[in-house]
Amino acid sequence: MKNLIDIKDLSVEEIDDLIEVAKDIIANPEKYSHKCDNKILATLFFEPSTRTRLSFESAMLRLGGKVLGFSEASSSSVSKGETVSDTIRIVGCYSDIIAMRHPKEGAPLVASFKSVVPIINAGDGGHNHPTQTLTDLLTIKCEKNRLDNLTIGLCGDLKFGRTVHSLISAMSRYKGIKFVLISPDELKLPEYVKKDVLDKNNIEYCETKNIEEYIGDLDILYMTRVQKERFFNEEDYIRLKDYYILNKDKLKNAKEDLCILHPLPRVNEISVDVDDDPRACYFKQANYGRYIRMALILKMLEVK
Amino acid sequence: MNIDSIKNGYVIDHIKAGRAMRIYELLHLNDLDCQVAIITNAKSKKTGTKDIIKIDRDIPINLDALGFIDHNTTVNIVKNDKIVEKKKLSLPEKIVNLATCSNPRCITSSEKTLDQIFILTDKENEVYRCKYCEMSLKKKQ
Repeated sequence: MKNLIDIKDLSVEEIDDLIEVAKDIIANPEKYSHKCDNKILATLFFEPSTRTRLSFESAMLRLGGKVLGFSEASSSSVSKGETVSDTIRIVGCYSDIIAMRHPKEGAPLVASFKSVVPIINAGDGGHNHPTQTLTDLLTIKCEKNRLDNLTIGLCGDLKFGRTVHSLISAMSRYKGIKFVLISPDELKLPEYVKKDVLDKNNIEYCETKNIEEYIGDLDILYMTRVQKERFFNEEDYIRLKDYYILNKDKLKNAKEDLCILHPLPRVNEISVDVDDDPRACYFKQANYGRYIRMALILKMLEVK
Repeated sequence: MNIDSIKNGYVIDHIKAGRAMRIYELLHLNDLDCQVAIITNAKSKKTGTKDIIKIDRDIPINLDALGFIDHNTTVNIVKNDKIVEKKKLSLPEKIVNLATCSNPRCITSSEKTLDQIFILTDKENEVYRCKYCEMSLKKKQ
């Protein structure tokens, strides 16, 4: 695998392999602690992100490698007008692999055309975020011990939420998956995702505005934040940002083994009174993110 | 209405009525110094009305551009006053620099030197998506 731009770049078998390697890293971390000695990861973050960048950097450091990069566009040559292609060609001289986040959709794909080292898309606008999806899949696999026969509730911003679109795309390739799409009318899942992914794969789904309506049916509840940066109109953002707030009361009819996920950061959509509930898996999810990124770096650098 | 027949060139026929000017612009026919005839709202047995373009010169024709605008169009190649070939068009799998992505978050909105590339993702509904951001293209009628 040369680059990871979109979760669809990975076959189900490749995803399963990555999950198995990640699980082995969790079980035997010392076995992997020098796998990337003398390798350098460049983290090019043209848009601020704390957890994804630190997760990538931690992953590489835990593999024995080193990291370099920048955490915002203003500290790079982009502020002088340099193109993505030029930046990538230069950074490729100094590193063995690049993780890149960019506010413009498609920027990592453009980078991959000219790069001599593997590119990992660490998020491009509201478009793709494949390593978040891999994180979600590893979390589900570890917490539910399967990736098939699950009823998954997706709640919040289903319109702009790239993690939601990618998760639907990835999970639709497994058997027995049902989705419950929970959102206000303004943030419903786009028609093209329903048509191109759900309908095309004969995936059962229903839509509701009420989080409690189907909560008793769910194996996974994936909460999302309404992202201010995706709105052109602040009034719409203010009106919709607190549409859903998951709290203990709303969970009273949920299954005992429900798994609550959130790509984080959260704002108000999950009340802190849920944090100590054994069904809250979102902080564990952040930890799984490092392990799957370790597995991904190993695969892309072809380190055995 | 009489329009001279052409000796060597093209008759672009069965253009959906109203689309001839878009084809004229996209093929840069205004740059030619030969005879170019645009007939709009001509009678058609199949569709009632149609547009026709006649070009009295053998020039390279961008069939992808034509197919993208109207794949039901027929291109008749004329040599020595006779139609020697009729080309049926289809929707091209990929179009390059024939349209621009309308997504303000797309990388093409800030890096202007990139080719504007769209991929046919749904043939039945004629949906093209931007290669970079996957935003669907709104086709002009």
